[in-house]
Amino acid sequence: MIAFIIYKSILVFVVFLVSLGIAAYSTYAERKVAAFMQDRVGPDRAGPFGILQPIADGIKMFMKEEIIPTVSNKFLFVLGPSLAMLTALMTGVVIPWGGDLSFGGQVYPLQITDINIGILYVFGVVSIGVYGIMIGGWASNNKYSMLGALRASSQMISYEIAMGLAIVALVMKTGTLSLGEIVNQQNGDWWNICYQPLGFLIFLICAFAETNRAPFDLPECETELVGGYHTEYSSMKLGFYLFAEYINIFISAAIMSSLYFGGYNIPFQHLIPVGPNILAFLQVGFFFSKIIFFIFFFMWVRWTIPRFRYDQLMNLGWKIMIPLAIFNILATGIMMFALGKV
Amino acid sequence: MLSQYLFFFLSFVAVFSALLVIIDKNPVHSVLYLIVTFFSIAGHYFLLNAQFLAAVHIIVYAGAIMVLFLYVIMMLNLNKEIEPHKKNIPKVIAVVSACLLMMVFVATLKGAETTMLTSAKNSNVGLVENLGKVLFNEYMLPFELSSVLFLAGMVGAVFLSKKEIH
Repeated sequence: MIAFIIYKSILVFVVFLVSLGIAAYSTYAERKVAAFMQDRVGPDRAGPFGILQPIADGIKMFMKEEIIPTVSNKFLFVLGPSLAMLTALMTGVVIPWGGDLSFGGQVYPLQITDINIGILYVFGVVSIGVYGIMIGGWASNNKYSMLGALRASSQMISYEIAMGLAIVALVMKTGTLSLGEIVNQQNGDWWNICYQPLGFLIFLICAFAETNRAPFDLPECETELVGGYHTEYSSMKLGFYLFAEYINIFISAAIMSSLYFGGYNIPFQHLIPVGPNILAFLQVGFFFSKIIFFIFFFMWVRWTIPRFRYDQLMNLGWKIMIPLAIFNILATGIMMFALGKV
Repeated sequence: MLSQYLFFFLSFVAVFSALLVIIDKNPVHSVLYLIVTFFSIAGHYFLLNAQFLAAVHIIVYAGAIMVLFLYVIMMLNLNKEIEPHKKNIPKVIAVVSACLLMMVFVATLKGAETTMLTSAKNSNVGLVENLGKVLFNEYMLPFELSSVLFLAGMVGAVFLSKKEIH
């Protein structure tokens, strides 16, 4: 029992550190990718190739003067970024990071907890994630922040519906809500992307909207709203908002890889001649390469596609994504019936 | 034993934050307290091993309905300073009707038997598979009827919000 608790605590701590590390280096990668796309060099001063840039940025964030506006609601002003960070970090516990490790007859799964409603848990945490932005934007007592917060909330509610409907079709195909089980099913089989291409496309677009990334970054649209919901924030509280966004990208990439791209499974992994422990580490590596590809994809889109106008965003969400998602459910149902899987 | 402590803790949080919803003057704070109440109720569902219900409760109430509440309240920008002065007669009427409602509740509970509930710890009725089977076999008709009701509500809302086109 004690060993179990210690093992789980270590795993939680590792996932926490990896999330923060990936988020920190995503900021660096974002600037390097942007530089590459715009034919520039990008950050190259701190360390070789600017590799120490995130550390320099972190120190700078902590050293900046912390300003809490006098007319703001102080408690809620601090609660906003804390909630954003909390909900961003909470999702990592249900993701299966790799196969089982076994030492001395004991099995150590590389997933913190495999609750039987895994997808619903992720969905619940995502749906309360908007409070961080809303509370922060309202507590700033600034009209620009407030408009950013209102935009964020209506955008997230709209795209959550299409995202949920896309997941319904996937759940119909897999017959389970547990993430561990969904990943296991894709072992030695076609990945779910082959069965659910339209569902994946809807999920991907909604993931962009849920993480407030370009082309859906209207809550922080600097051409209209100064800085959006974080206009009044400075120092590490601003850092928390920006960090939470990168952690959300990391987690969305992990969830997309596990739901649609086979998770940690390597194609033909039963042919690889290594022991189960080494295979588990290879699987973690393969899973992370998928995640890094998706993070790169998020950046690629950001530096390629311009921002939507707000009414276009709402039209896309309600008039295109939701009908498409419902059509996808219907098509999945018909296919399952035709193939006799019901 | 642990679940009993958790039960008392969650009940305390639920009742306390529910009271703060009506005591706090600031509407935004009230909404936030209501969200805390919903979370503690979801905790009760977890104690009853009804994980699906708990997750759906969080997604629907805390994640969607309360976001819309908060949205509307922020949009209207209600706060203490601009709250209009209310007349005393509605306040008196409100207190009297609340007391009457309380009497009705007490009268209902007076006749109720106090039976020890058997522990729901080992009941798996709240898990997704069982819940789905029960809903789509035994309670098929009420389930479908309530979905029709929701659909009617949705159509009504869309109709009301539509601008009239002549």
